[in-house]
Amino acid sequence: MADRITMRVARYRPEDESGATVHEYEVPCPKEWVVLDGLNYIKDRLDGSLSYRWSCRMGICGSCGMTVNGEPKLTCETFLSDYGDGPVRVEPLRNFPVIRDLVVEIGDFMRKLVRVKPWIVRPNEKPLSEGEYRQTPEEMDEYKQFSMCINCMLCYSACPIYGLDPAFIGPAAIALAQRYNLDSRDEGNEERLDILSEHEGIWGCTFVGECTEVCPKDVDPAGAIQRYKLTAALEGLKSFVMPRSAR
Amino acid sequence: MNEHPAYTPYHPRWLRSRPSTYWWLKRRAYLAFITRELSSIFIAWFIVYLLLLIRAVSQSDASYRQFLAWSRHPLVLLLNVVTLFFVVFHAVTWFNLAPKAMVVRMGGKRVPASLISASNYLAWAGATALVLWLLLGG
Amino acid sequence: MAKRSIEPLLWLLFSAGGVVAALLVPILALLLGVAFPLGWLAAPSYEHLLGVLRHPLTRVVLFVFCMLSLFHGAHRFRYTLYDGLQIKHLNEVINVLCYGGAIAGSVWAAYVLFRLT
Repeated sequence: MADRITMRVARYRPEDESGATVHEYEVPCPKEWVVLDGLNYIKDRLDGSLSYRWSCRMGICGSCGMTVNGEPKLTCETFLSDYGDGPVRVEPLRNFPVIRDLVVEIGDFMRKLVRVKPWIVRPNEKPLSEGEYRQTPEEMDEYKQFSMCINCMLCYSACPIYGLDPAFIGPAAIALAQRYNLDSRDEGNEERLDILSEHEGIWGCTFVGECTEVCPKDVDPAGAIQRYKLTAALEGLKSFVMPRSAR
Repeated sequence: MNEHPAYTPYHPRWLRSRPSTYWWLKRRAYLAFITRELSSIFIAWFIVYLLLLIRAVSQSDASYRQFLAWSRHPLVLLLNVVTLFFVVFHAVTWFNLAPKAMVVRMGGKRVPASLISASNYLAWAGATALVLWLLLGG
Repeated sequence: MAKRSIEPLLWLLFSAGGVVAALLVPILALLLGVAFPLGWLAAPSYEHLLGVLRHPLTRVVLFVFCMLSLFHGAHRFRYTLYDGLQIKHLNEVINVLCYGGAIAGSVWAAYVLFRLT
């Protein structure tokens, strides 16, 4: 077990015409250090100009997603010791435009998230005097898995369809739409159906399955999407066969 | 930030990379995915082959024999061996993935995916047995 | 009310085709494409095959099987062209080629199967 490891970090400065470059840094490698610790060491001691996002350092905020040795990972959950003698290649999250160094532009995802209405949609809210909306444990189990999403966007990075066509709404957005569709308190299925059944909605997905592989929270977006395809397809069939009653 | 930014000194140029034509070679999972998708061509070829056989049988004994002889041609045989690989790959990946699309409940509890896969394989065995009986038996 | 799109219907056809293709094509491809030509198993006699095919149920089942499998292949191939070759902008041409091919194949299947009478 080496006590130092080489990190090859991608750098990008918009004002430099050269595009992305790679800088090598040697960092200590105690057993419990993660890639994020290495980056923090670089920024604190070696090169203060390195830019990257991080926050909770415990796998819940979803800020520190980057490409580590070609795989999308949360750098706060990826141990340096897993890479043996190294080197460890750290690049910005793939499939997103790079603003600077390891910081990517996430506006596209943010806009898509809003479009799927990730909140309880009810045409008529109960008055407060009638108390809370009750839900059995079984009803919560229906959507609980999809509620674990931390919006880290590793799934977008792993999805080749999103890489090829940024108009694709993407795994996390669909999984989060499902989280609300399957919530017994929600009545917004129809509204979300319109958005999700666009061509660049669920129908762009060809079930590669990589999104589920890289998800750090076991949300299984691929499963959510396939389930929703079935739901939407049956809805579509109903509207073909009985156009008036489906309204 | 809007979708089509105008790059200015205070809004510098983002780095955008276009996906390579060979993106599917970059990771093993992508290669497996494309292989699975390419099975579609071989499914279509097999249906053509099947229809050619049925047409030969519907014509005469002689044309059936001619078809059998043609099916022994090394190139045709090679194509069909490759086809066999791809269609089996399709079947296996399909049965393993199909449970993801369906949440089946029995007695209130969710049936585990492995059980749904297993029942798919059972159905596969049944269909295979039926075809064997039809073509070889009786 | 969802926008009327044909995608859900195409996906259902694709799924149905995927199931029948997965269940039936492997054994048929093994027997008809490899085992019989190579002589691993004796090919069925002409009379036997004609007998199996004569039955109207066989022909209807075969037709549905061929049609669904062709649509399955067409749908998947369409998306492979979009993603593999990145030619999504040619989607009208691709759709016509893929689904048109499947329709043509199905028409041919009907002709081959039902003119036996």
